[in-house]
Amino acid sequence: MNHDSPPELTALNPAYVITTRIASALGYLPFLIGAGALEVAQLLPPGSFFVPVFLLYLFMAFVVPKRKYGHWGYDMGSDRLRIVHGYMFYHDTVVPFGRIQHIDVEQGPIDRRYDLATLTVHTAGNHNSTVALPGLLHADALAMREAIRAAIRADTI
Amino acid sequence: MTDFDSQDTNGEKTGDDGTKLHILGLFVGFVTGLPQLIFPIFAAFFGTRGSDNPLISIVAVSAVLLFSLFFRWLSWMRFQYHIGEYDIRIESGIVSRKARSIPFERIQDVSIEQKPLARLFALGEVKFETGGGDGDDAKLSFVSIEEANRLRELVKAHKSGRARVSHSGPLVPDADPAPIFAMDEKRVFVFGLYSFSLVIFAVLGGLAQQFDFLLPFEIWDFRHWIGAAEERGVTVDNLNGIGWAAQIFLALVALGGLVFIGFATGIIRTVLREHGFRLERTAKGFRRRRGLLTLTDAVMPAHRVQAAVIQTGPIRKRRGWHGLKFVSLAQDSKDETNFVAAPFATLSEIWPIVHAAMIDAPDAQTRFQRGAINYWTIQIWLVVPVLLGAMVALMIWADATVLRAMSLLLILAVFMPYLWIDWRTYSYALDGNQIYVKRGWWNEKLSIASQIKVQTVEIYQGPITRRQGLASVNFGISGGTLELIAIPLETAQTICERVMDQVAAVDYARVTASGSRSL
Repeated sequence: MNHDSPPELTALNPAYVITTRIASALGYLPFLIGAGALEVAQLLPPGSFFVPVFLLYLFMAFVVPKRKYGHWGYDMGSDRLRIVHGYMFYHDTVVPFGRIQHIDVEQGPIDRRYDLATLTVHTAGNHNSTVALPGLLHADALAMREAIRAAIRADTI
Repeated sequence: MTDFDSQDTNGEKTGDDGTKLHILGLFVGFVTGLPQLIFPIFAAFFGTRGSDNPLISIVAVSAVLLFSLFFRWLSWMRFQYHIGEYDIRIESGIVSRKARSIPFERIQDVSIEQKPLARLFALGEVKFETGGGDGDDAKLSFVSIEEANRLRELVKAHKSGRARVSHSGPLVPDADPAPIFAMDEKRVFVFGLYSFSLVIFAVLGGLAQQFDFLLPFEIWDFRHWIGAAEERGVTVDNLNGIGWAAQIFLALVALGGLVFIGFATGIIRTVLREHGFRLERTAKGFRRRRGLLTLTDAVMPAHRVQAAVIQTGPIRKRRGWHGLKFVSLAQDSKDETNFVAAPFATLSEIWPIVHAAMIDAPDAQTRFQRGAINYWTIQIWLVVPVLLGAMVALMIWADATVLRAMSLLLILAVFMPYLWIDWRTYSYALDGNQIYVKRGWWNEKLSIASQIKVQTVEIYQGPITRRQGLASVNFGISGGTLELIAIPLETAQTICERVMDQVAAVDYARVTASGSRSL
């Protein structure tokens, strides 16, 4: 499942596939409705617009989340957090704990049903001043937050 | 009249009354705020114009002015600040009261600004910069300039641990140390020559477009202008008849006028901004004073310098002129995000300043490296199909001849040298402590950042660079970014690891606290 990201990385929780599927299925729904309206209005030959849009919708809502999931990965080191995501647009970001200003754990309505959360760390930099890691178990995200906080405190004392 | 002491925020008695702002500042604020009143005044004027008595208009306009003055007075009455033991408190608001406390440790900079009118009354605007990103800094506008300096010294004293300063006695400001960089009139003038600008025409054009309804004639109507010339005995035929030599002469005169205006704008703008430029290295940081009419006085603590940027232009480079900016989180002003430390100086003047900010110049051991050339060549192969497609399209749909369509290839003739120059002018280097990036061929730019001030590191690959095995490394630093492009992926990974090992070893709080890299 996690075949594309480097082996030393931790994969996200598999439930992340479901939550992103739900989120993108809802997010792209207006396009589908628009295409449906065009179809009903019968301005174009039947199915010539709706069918491609519908196929694209299925691809975006069901295939893409799974692929995206495969390219996400993170590594929680003793003094730094590494987050890797994207295939076409590959990002490999490292944030040292000593540079983190504050930490957020967020949970959206869909996340809550599957007990997932997003961990966001903020730094003082301009580029990448917020780095987000979605698809973590809520308990894991809280534990990571505590670990980072402890590391920061141990550093400053 | 006021009962502020009883509603102290911390519940403890502040002891003495807060200080009010300088009363004259009320009028300075009123006069500088007049442009905001222009619409109410217009409304009052036009609303009463129909009446028979012209006095009514005057009464209406002065009522607007008085109303504004009254509210300014009210907010002046209800505004006071208090220097406490640990913080500065500012209480304000006419109906809803706001009490703000600014702990001394959180104050990053104290800047004093004197606009022309304020200078006339020896007043200054004091701004306490706290580094909160939203630009909602506490301001005291206006206090007397002695009070402004006293406040600055007070904050400085509190921050450097010499607390317990008597609040009443005037603090003697540190004697002015010798400046590490200053510009005399001549230097400012030369700088002005290099700041050639035709922006005035854009401004005039914009104004004319905005307010053309106010002008008694149609400014964009050429027939009107021709008519105006004819009234003075000059006709188009006249102009056409004077012969081509005279026409060329006239064109040259017009061009000369344009050039003159361009230089004049550059010189005036530069003199207004940079007059009396003076940079000092004080105990806490860099202090910069400049300005002819609007004097500014800004302090940047040395440890907050995140990176140095040395920039030069295509012409000034030949004479060895460069500019130096410091990148930091604190914003200099709205339009300059960085602290200008030396706008126009030679490199031999710049390196000592850079060194004073604890950044080293690249030396003989610093090995600059070029980017991988295929990062640039691939761009040609991306453009060629587009051009070919456009040529075919032109020939099919626009009935262009093959030769005409071929002229599109001229784009390549411009694009390829551009890519080559871009490749030649980009280089980067890393040594034990610092990152160096050179970029830009029109405005050459060298950025130097110390590695421990890096906040995040990111390796990025787009769809094309991924196929080439190249990557870019983005360093997030406070107040700016540093990007290394066209690096083989393995090199990028080693760079990332090397820098991260440096960074992770030191906590950022310690970096900013002591500000030295010898940690």
